[in-house]
Amino acid sequence: MRRQFPLFLCFIAGVFMAVQYFIPHPSVQVWYERILDWLQTLLAFAFLIGTVSLVRLHYHKIRHKASDRGYSFVLFAGLALMLAFGFTNRSPGSRFDHMFQYVQVPIEGTMFSLLAFYIASAAFRAFRARTVEATLLLAAASVVMLGRVPIGDLIHRSIPWAANWILNVPNMASKRGIMIGVGLGMMATALKIMLGIERAWMGGTD
Amino acid sequence: MGLLEKFLQIDRRWIFLAIAIAVVVPFFLPMGLPVVVTKPVRDLYNAVDAIPPNSEPLFISVDYAPSTIPELDPMTLAVLRHAFSKDIRVVALTLDPAGYGLAERALESVAREYGKERNKDYVYLGFQPGIAAVVLGMGTDIKGVFPEDAYGTPLSEIPMMDGIRNYDQIPLLITMASSGVIEAWVIYAHQPYGARIGAGVTAVMATDYYPFLDTGQLVGLLGGMRGAAEYEELIKHPDAGVRGMDSQSVIHVLIIVLIVLGNIAYFGSKKRSQEAKEPAA
Amino acid sequence: MQVTLIWATLAAILTLAVYSFLYKDNPFYKFAEHLVVGVSAAYYLVIYYYNFIDPNVISPIFKLEFGGAPIRILGMQWWMALIPGLLGLLLYARFFPKIGWVSRWALGIYVGGYSGLEIAPVMQARVLDQIRGGSLPLVVPHDPSTSFTNILLVVGLLGTLTYFFFSLKHKGVLGVLARIGIVYIMVGFGASFGYTVMSRISLLIGRVDFLRQVADSWIQWLAT
Repeated sequence: MRRQFPLFLCFIAGVFMAVQYFIPHPSVQVWYERILDWLQTLLAFAFLIGTVSLVRLHYHKIRHKASDRGYSFVLFAGLALMLAFGFTNRSPGSRFDHMFQYVQVPIEGTMFSLLAFYIASAAFRAFRARTVEATLLLAAASVVMLGRVPIGDLIHRSIPWAANWILNVPNMASKRGIMIGVGLGMMATALKIMLGIERAWMGGTD
Repeated sequence: MGLLEKFLQIDRRWIFLAIAIAVVVPFFLPMGLPVVVTKPVRDLYNAVDAIPPNSEPLFISVDYAPSTIPELDPMTLAVLRHAFSKDIRVVALTLDPAGYGLAERALESVAREYGKERNKDYVYLGFQPGIAAVVLGMGTDIKGVFPEDAYGTPLSEIPMMDGIRNYDQIPLLITMASSGVIEAWVIYAHQPYGARIGAGVTAVMATDYYPFLDTGQLVGLLGGMRGAAEYEELIKHPDAGVRGMDSQSVIHVLIIVLIVLGNIAYFGSKKRSQEAKEPAA
Repeated sequence: MQVTLIWATLAAILTLAVYSFLYKDNPFYKFAEHLVVGVSAAYYLVIYYYNFIDPNVISPIFKLEFGGAPIRILGMQWWMALIPGLLGLLLYARFFPKIGWVSRWALGIYVGGYSGLEIAPVMQARVLDQIRGGSLPLVVPHDPSTSFTNILLVVGLLGTLTYFFFSLKHKGVLGVLARIGIVYIMVGFGASFGYTVMSRISLLIGRVDFLRQVADSWIQWLAT
């Protein structure tokens, strides 16, 4: 029941969802739509697991008096305020909406924008044309970077042309090859999961 | 330590400062360089333009998070402006919970600009979890997946949604995505149901979807802030996309200079240390 | 003072708190980091609740009427909806070590279902359609330019696929093809890198544009 039954359920669900694609009969399609609803519901329940895990982690930090537990209080304060605002009024212009637009949006956006600085630093310190392949990569990157901004056209009109050619010929050929490979890999992994060969999703040691 | 070695060891905060200056200055000294439109953007523009006014709606799926607003918000606004300026009806939805507020904000702000009315000119369906399940479900019955709009009004009571049953009644669906959701639309909407899919994606992802463009699985593709700028050029409504192109130009040149300087300094110092190791003749 | 301006100023302060990390890690950055984690977790919870759980589960239960029309929960007859509801609750068993294994039943259906669902469409979209797209005529009459491009595309595709084929040694013809493949892959990755730089810079430009707009609003307010 601990390992065999979940694998059996995985197999049945997987085979049904794979085979239904080829059977347009209404009796099969009704069950297909029903199971699709079930999967949607499971995902909605699964979402809460992440939040519960987060709360548990920070609760333990506070309880065990970790040195940075003050920030856990900040986290809980943000969580509590947002829940209170959200369950009272979440219409546009409400406090819930303002917290999203003026707290969540700027902080999330700014965190990702830090990467711009690090990519520039990495460009100077780490991107070396040590081999032919690396030189090709840097050359292609430079042409595309110049070609995809207006200044490239100002320097010479062949630069945007070259950038477009790189995107539509060598880039597309290589990305197509990678897409085919990844597609075959995805199918192989899906089959391995369904057949119980791949069991990492079960976790645990029992 | 020689000059080249010192140069290579420069504190990275000086580089950060150079980047900050390169971003800020063009906002105060705009260059106004023209943006040339490329084929993938023009194809998407033409696909939207071909939708008859006040008929079957354009569907827009706002599938991005706040972290990618600077790239995807401008293209969402540009496409909405295009649609509303031509009296094309719009149905918006999102498969990403973070996109809920972003979709609502974009839709309401552009609708106000063009005097459009909710549930008459546009509908906002809100969010539903389970990406593949939602996309597949819409192929059978949209009202089964979204029984109500985001504000609790049953879809059956919205005249604009009369007769919109599945992808057969959707002339075009554009997904603005910052994740692999775009693949879900191609794999689960276009492939089995023949839905026409267009996409706006972050620049990081754009190069990966050229194969989909080539085979016609995508009708058009907007890539990053540049894609947004090109679309704004086409609708003749420059906004954040066009505004950002000057800074983008300056920083790209700066980064290429940094790469070249870094390589010159690296190979120069390597050559010097090799020469120092060779015994005197 | 306008409420929006106060909120925008708060957003600008939080933006600068995150940027302070560029100098070094500090309490302002950590404060902003933890605040956004809490706020975003709650935001997603509220959105999930009002968009899915309330209309599909909570509201129908409270509208339950015996003897009336069958109540539909999650779009299903209420008794049918018990199945995914129970399975969903089983997922939470993972928080109790002694019965954690029960969550595997729900996980098994979830993982198996989605795995089976993707096999045929992925085969179609990622493999068959791409092979069809890559099968190009090498000679196009009266069009040498397209012929040349097609040859480059086909050779590039074959080279890339060969490079990732590890079942045979890359020697002889296979070795040459693999070498050609790595050239194409490096150029492709170079294009991706160029676009990645563009993407990251765009995020920074967006934030700077926002800070500029807040500064403009302050200047306008102070001028009135």
